Amino acid sequence: MLKKPYLPVLITIGLFALAFAAGSMRYTGFFSTQVLFNLLIDNAFLLVVAIGMTFVILSGGIDLSVGSVVALTTMLSASLIEQGGLPPLVVIPLVLAIGTVFGGAMGAIIHYFQIQPFIVTLAGMFLARGLCYVISINTITITDPFYTKMALTKIRFFDGSFISISVVIALVVVLLALYMAHYTRFGRNTYAIGGNEQSALLMGLPVARTKIAIYAFSGLCSALGGVVFTFYMLSGYGLHAVGLELDAIAAVVIGGTLLTGGVGYVAGTFFGVMIQGVIQTIITFEGTLSSWWTKIVIGLLLFVFIVLQRIFNVSATKDRAL
Amino acid sequence: MWQRMTKHYLFWPLAALAVLLLFNLIYNPGFFSIRIQGGHLYGSLIDILNYGSPLMLVSIGMTLVIATGGIDLSVGSLVAISGAVACLSISQATDQNSLGAVIMAVAMALGLSIVLGLWNGLLVAGAGIQPIIATLILMVAGRGIAQLITSGQIITISSNTYKYIGAGWLLLLPFSIFIVAAVWLVTALFTRRTALGLFIESVGSNPTASRLSGIKSRSVIIAAYIFCALCAGIAGLLVSSNVSSADGNNAGLWFELDAILAVVIGGTALTGGRFYLSGTIVGALIIQTMTTTIYTIGVPPEINLVVKAIVVFVVCLIQSEQFRARLAKRRKSRPVGTDQEVTRHA
Repeated sequence: MLKKPYLPVLITIGLFALAFAAGSMRYTGFFSTQVLFNLLIDNAFLLVVAIGMTFVILSGGIDLSVGSVVALTTMLSASLIEQGGLPPLVVIPLVLAIGTVFGGAMGAIIHYFQIQPFIVTLAGMFLARGLCYVISINTITITDPFYTKMALTKIRFFDGSFISISVVIALVVVLLALYMAHYTRFGRNTYAIGGNEQSALLMGLPVARTKIAIYAFSGLCSALGGVVFTFYMLSGYGLHAVGLELDAIAAVVIGGTLLTGGVGYVAGTFFGVMIQGVIQTIITFEGTLSSWWTKIVIGLLLFVFIVLQRIFNVSATKDRAL
Repeated sequence: MWQRMTKHYLFWPLAALAVLLLFNLIYNPGFFSIRIQGGHLYGSLIDILNYGSPLMLVSIGMTLVIATGGIDLSVGSLVAISGAVACLSISQATDQNSLGAVIMAVAMALGLSIVLGLWNGLLVAGAGIQPIIATLILMVAGRGIAQLITSGQIITISSNTYKYIGAGWLLLLPFSIFIVAAVWLVTALFTRRTALGLFIESVGSNPTASRLSGIKSRSVIIAAYIFCALCAGIAGLLVSSNVSSADGNNAGLWFELDAILAVVIGGTALTGGRFYLSGTIVGALIIQTMTTTIYTIGVPPEINLVVKAIVVFVVCLIQSEQFRARLAKRRKSRPVGTDQEVTRHA
C-alpha cells in the first residue's frame, strides 16, 4: 500500500516522466541523456538553493533571502578575486562562511524575538541585495583561471554526453541532504519543529539550536548555490538571481513538501527542480512560445500542487479552517 | 502628556517622518522650497506625494488584507497587469484621446483586477490556503500574464486623456494625489463609520470566534482581497499613465514589499487584527521620502535597499514583545508585564 505522504512525491516524479516523455515524442533530439544532463547543468544552482529551502519549509518557515544571498556571493567572489587579488581557495570558504553566518543571524532573530520568518528574511533579502550594490553597481567579470576551469571542465561519459563540475556539487548536496533529513537528529528535529513547535519544545528537543541551524544551512546552501552560479555565469552582478527565491519555493512545493511544515521529502524537491527545467526546455524546443509562458505554467503547477496539498491536509486542519 | 503622546499609534511613524524631513532641512535646504510654475506647484515635497501615490494606494489595500491576518504578494504583478490591459486597450482604439476609449480601458483594467482579487480571496478564504502561498501563485504567474498581454514588449501610447490620470494637474496639485485622497477617504469612511472595520479587525484577531459570533469571515476576507486588488489596479493605472507606457516586466516590481513595509511601519501588526490607515499613509510617505532623500543627497540610489533593510529590522524589533521584554529587563525600572501591555500597539 502507498503511504499517503508519498503520494505528492510520486505525482511529482510521474509528472516529470510524463513531461519528459511528451517532449521526447514531440521534438526530435529531445530524448537524449544530454538533454537530461543539461537540465542538471542549467539548474545546478537552483537545486542547491532549493535543498536549503526544503529544510526551512519543513520546519514551517520560509526564506526569502536566498536569491539575494546568491547575488551577494557572486558579487563578493568576483570583487575579492578580481579586485582584491585573493586566491579562489580562500574566497570560496570565506563566502560560504558569510552565507552561513547571514542565515544563522536571521534564524537567531526569528527564534529569539519571535518575528515571522517571512518578514525577517524579507529584510535579509533587501540587505543582501543592497550590499551587492555597495560593492559595485556594475557587472564584474571573472577571468580567474580556476573559475574558468570550473566552468568549462566537462566530465564525459562513454556515450559522449557530459556534465559540469557544478552538477557534481549539486548532486553531492542532494545526497548529503537526504542523509541529513532522514538519518540524523538534526533532520528529525526539523520535522518535529515543523509538525508542532510547541510539542517539540515540550519534548525537550533543542528548538533554538535546530532552528538557527536550519536557517544557517539555508544560508550555506544559498552561498554554495552562489558559488555554483558564479561558475555558471563567470561574473558578479547585483541583479543576478532576481526572483530565485520564488523558483526555489515553487520547486519545494511542487516537490510535495507541505508549506505548513513537517511533511515532505528532499527527493521531491529534486524532481520539483527537474520539472521546472523540463518546462523551460520544452518551451525552448517549441521555439514559438515565449519565455513568459514558463512563469505561467509554473504558476499553474504551483496552484495544482497547493490545491492537492490542501485536499490531503483538510482533515488535519479542520479545526483551524474558517 | 509626553507619555500620552508617545502612546498614540501615529507618534513613532510621524516622529520617523519628522526626523527624515529634519535631516533634509539640514543637509538639503532646497528640499522644502515649493514654487509655482505654469499654474502648478513644484518641489520635492510635491514630488514625494506624486511619486508616492501608487505606493500609498497599494498600501491602503494591503492594510485591510493584513488586518484580516493575511498578506497579498501579488500586488506588484497586479500593478503590471492593470497597466498592461489599459495600455493595450487604448493602443487599439481608433482615437486614443477619446474619453470613451480611456473609460473603456480603465473599466477593463479595474474589472480584471477585481476578478484577480476574487481569485486570491477564494483561494485564501474558500480553499483555506495560506495567504502567502495563495497569492504567491498570482505573483509568479501574474508577471507572465502581464508579459503575455504586452507580448513581452513595452506598449507605448499617446493619449493625453489617459495621461491625465497619472500626470495631470488639478488645482495646482498633481491629479494622482486626489485619487489617493479619495480612496483613503472612502476606505476610512467604510471602515470607521460602518461596522465593516470592526468585522475586519475581528476576523484578523480570531476568524473562528468571529464566525461563531455571526460574522461572515469568508465574505469579509474575500472582500478585503478584492479591495486590495482594486487598489493595486488603480495604482497600475497611475504608474502606466504617468509614463504613457506599460512594461510587463518592471512595472510594480517590489511593490508588494514596499507596501508591506509601509503597513508595518504604520503600526499594523502582521499577525492581523487592529489596523491603522493613517499610519499606513505615513509609512508609505516615509518610504517615498527616504527614496527621494537618497536621490537628492547624491548617494547611489542602490543604497536605498540597505537602508530599507535596516528600517524593517528596527521596526520589527520594536514590534516584537520578546525584544521589548528584554530591553525592559535590562532597564529593570519598570515591571515587564505592564510595559508589554501598554505598548502593544505602539
